[in-house]
Amino acid sequence: MNNALLELRSISKAFQGVVALREVSFDLRPGELHALLGENGAGKSTLIKIITGAHAPDSGEIWVDGQWVKGLDPRKAHRLGVAAIYQQPALFPDLSVAENFALALEPPSPFRRVRWALRREQASQLLRRVGARIDPDTFVSELSMPEQQLVEIAKALGAGARVLIMDEPTASLTREEVGTLLGLIRVLKAEGVGIIYISHRLPEIFEVADRITVLRDGASVGTFAAGDLDESELIRRMVGRALTSEYPPALSEPGEIRLEARGLGCARWGVPEVSFQVRSGEIVGLSGLVGAGRTELARVLFGITPADSGQILVEGREVRIQSPRDAVDAGICYLPEDRRRHGVVLEMSLASNISLAVHRKLFPRGWIRDGAERELACKLIGDLAVKCSNGEALAGDLSGGNQQKVAMARWLAAGPRVLLLDEPTQGVDVGAKGEIHRLIRSLTNQGMAVLMISSDLPELLGLSDRILVMRGGCLVSEFGRGEATSDGVMAAALGKGGVEL
Amino acid sequence: MGLWLAAPDFFKARQLLSLATATSPVLVAAMGVSMVILCRQIDISIGSQFALCSVFVGLAAQRGGGPGELLALAMGVGGLMGAVNGALVAGVGLPSIVVTLATMVTWRESLRWWREGEFVRDLPETFQWFGAAQSSGQWMVIGAGVSVLGGMVWFTQFCSGGRFIYAVGSDPEAARLAGIRPRMVTFLVFVAAGAFTGLAASLNAVRFTDVDPKTGTGLEMQAIAAVVVGGVAVSGGRGRVLGVFAGVLLLACIGPGLVFLNLPPQWERAIQGGIILLAVASDGFSARTGHRNAISGGKHHA
Repeated sequence: MNNALLELRSISKAFQGVVALREVSFDLRPGELHALLGENGAGKSTLIKIITGAHAPDSGEIWVDGQWVKGLDPRKAHRLGVAAIYQQPALFPDLSVAENFALALEPPSPFRRVRWALRREQASQLLRRVGARIDPDTFVSELSMPEQQLVEIAKALGAGARVLIMDEPTASLTREEVGTLLGLIRVLKAEGVGIIYISHRLPEIFEVADRITVLRDGASVGTFAAGDLDESELIRRMVGRALTSEYPPALSEPGEIRLEARGLGCARWGVPEVSFQVRSGEIVGLSGLVGAGRTELARVLFGITPADSGQILVEGREVRIQSPRDAVDAGICYLPEDRRRHGVVLEMSLASNISLAVHRKLFPRGWIRDGAERELACKLIGDLAVKCSNGEALAGDLSGGNQQKVAMARWLAAGPRVLLLDEPTQGVDVGAKGEIHRLIRSLTNQGMAVLMISSDLPELLGLSDRILVMRGGCLVSEFGRGEATSDGVMAAALGKGGVEL
Repeated sequence: MGLWLAAPDFFKARQLLSLATATSPVLVAAMGVSMVILCRQIDISIGSQFALCSVFVGLAAQRGGGPGELLALAMGVGGLMGAVNGALVAGVGLPSIVVTLATMVTWRESLRWWREGEFVRDLPETFQWFGAAQSSGQWMVIGAGVSVLGGMVWFTQFCSGGRFIYAVGSDPEAARLAGIRPRMVTFLVFVAAGAFTGLAASLNAVRFTDVDPKTGTGLEMQAIAAVVVGGVAVSGGRGRVLGVFAGVLLLACIGPGLVFLNLPPQWERAIQGGIILLAVASDGFSARTGHRNAISGGKHHA
């Protein structure tokens, strides 16, 4: 493998004890498109960040052009010809295209005279190379998304990129624009550029990929020639693993309908129209790829981005939800995805965090009764087995799993009728994960209705009583407990087969 | 301590009493500003609010308003000006530094245009010290300052409203997700800061026999300095009202302290500046060690 442009050997990386990559090896040859596939959270982004030098691996070696590169950082990666293009172009919107090029390509020096004509000429040359008809004097903010992407690619080529990483480059493109981009990719391949390509769109991958590496749970499942696989086999390799049977079972049949959405929509945030029901004592899993509209749906239900059409019914009564406060009053609580930022207030104590949503109930006169607050906090900290010294500890000092429990404790204090969970175990270590699963199940066993968004397929399959699959803002499939398989759910999320509603 | 050893006279009762009287209005204004900063906002218009409220109080006194009416008027006018800030910041969503810079200039210049720099004179006998003797009047002003301080300690530590200010200042999005209305909290905080400034203005006005329309110049900086020195994080959500009290006292003692130590009084501002830098730097260092691993350490709030 001496002709490899880039080679990673047994790369491992862990974040605060959570393993993101385990002994992953990967190589890229000149003129090749090597697709990187895996579920959300399989370790693709981490691998990319290691190649671009944003993260340093804990162990393993990075070789470029047959040379072992030690201490790779973003500057070094840039010099070695590694460039990455993300879903959202990273350009300066208020500068012209030519100036954007110049910032990346011309040597930085504060008092160097700018030769505008030369700068413009070089910019047009680069743009011609990617086949873009864009005036170099245009402001980036005036360009469309695909045009910006072309500018990004041109910029990378101008920097002499030989390893081009494309992370979901087609996510925001129309069909024709995708065609143009794939055409450009073929040209680049012919020029000897190696491309690492990440996409959830399988047909696209089979169209352009030479080889495919599949990641699962931070480990490489294997590298395959694109011709040796078909779509269903690929999906099986992405998700295929035995389900551990440690998920606690439901003790009773689901009861009355707790939450019902009828034609619920918020067009501005990409939820056209959604109808579903969640019953008391039931965990309904919501599956879909990143960007399928799951979090957006939860935000509509919780009033963060209020619905502009349809109805929400809680226990058969229609409720008007215009703000999170309305939602809490209606008995709907939401545990957000980005827990480290918004689930708990990091600078406040556990007790303050837990009582934050129930001030009006707990302290109707407006002043805080310390005893009542402490009692509530103690009870919930005990119930949820939060590991902490006492209720006065700062939320920011806890581990991720314990912060998640505190966020949940806050909502349990509010006595909700419906709990919306968004990635409840993301970034949580294995032990705490099991505890949170048991906690969710024990809540439904007491009659709670839970809608759980999760990208973790085993979790979704193991814990949910029913699974809804979203794609493009719509519910596309529904699976009962017996019928759900990882392949089936993944296929539905990717838009292939499944039971269309 | 050093001051006490070097100049024991400084702590004579009469000196302390007059120092405390002069400091009371600053303390009250700083209480209002500390709420604003805890809420992750800033209000630099309070100096101008202070001047406008003072003039209103003076004019009302000329027309024979009693102490109760004067206080209500000052707090009402201040609250109204605070509501303008609050509506623009919380309602329209403009950055508070710009909004309050604009209102600072607007109030100050309208006052100049209206009064043409003229003092409010010929105040009735009953105006100064609320019509009481100087010593009991001084105690009233100090008492008002201390009550406000006590009320604020109680409010910020033991009331839901205070807790909400901390929550919004720490993380407005997290607060919103917990069912708090951050925009309403922010609006009310600005209103309260205005009302406190009005109260401070009337406590200050009764110390004199006339009202200078240029009064309150630089008050916003004094108040913000006290809040920062008192350990309140400029990024919001962290800090105690009692710390602000200490900040007010520390900064207020510098001027008189210099006089008693026979040092040139020009040093007052420089020393104040040094203390502020020290306070911010220590906050920055402790924050830095807390976020040692964060790549974004460079753009951490100063």
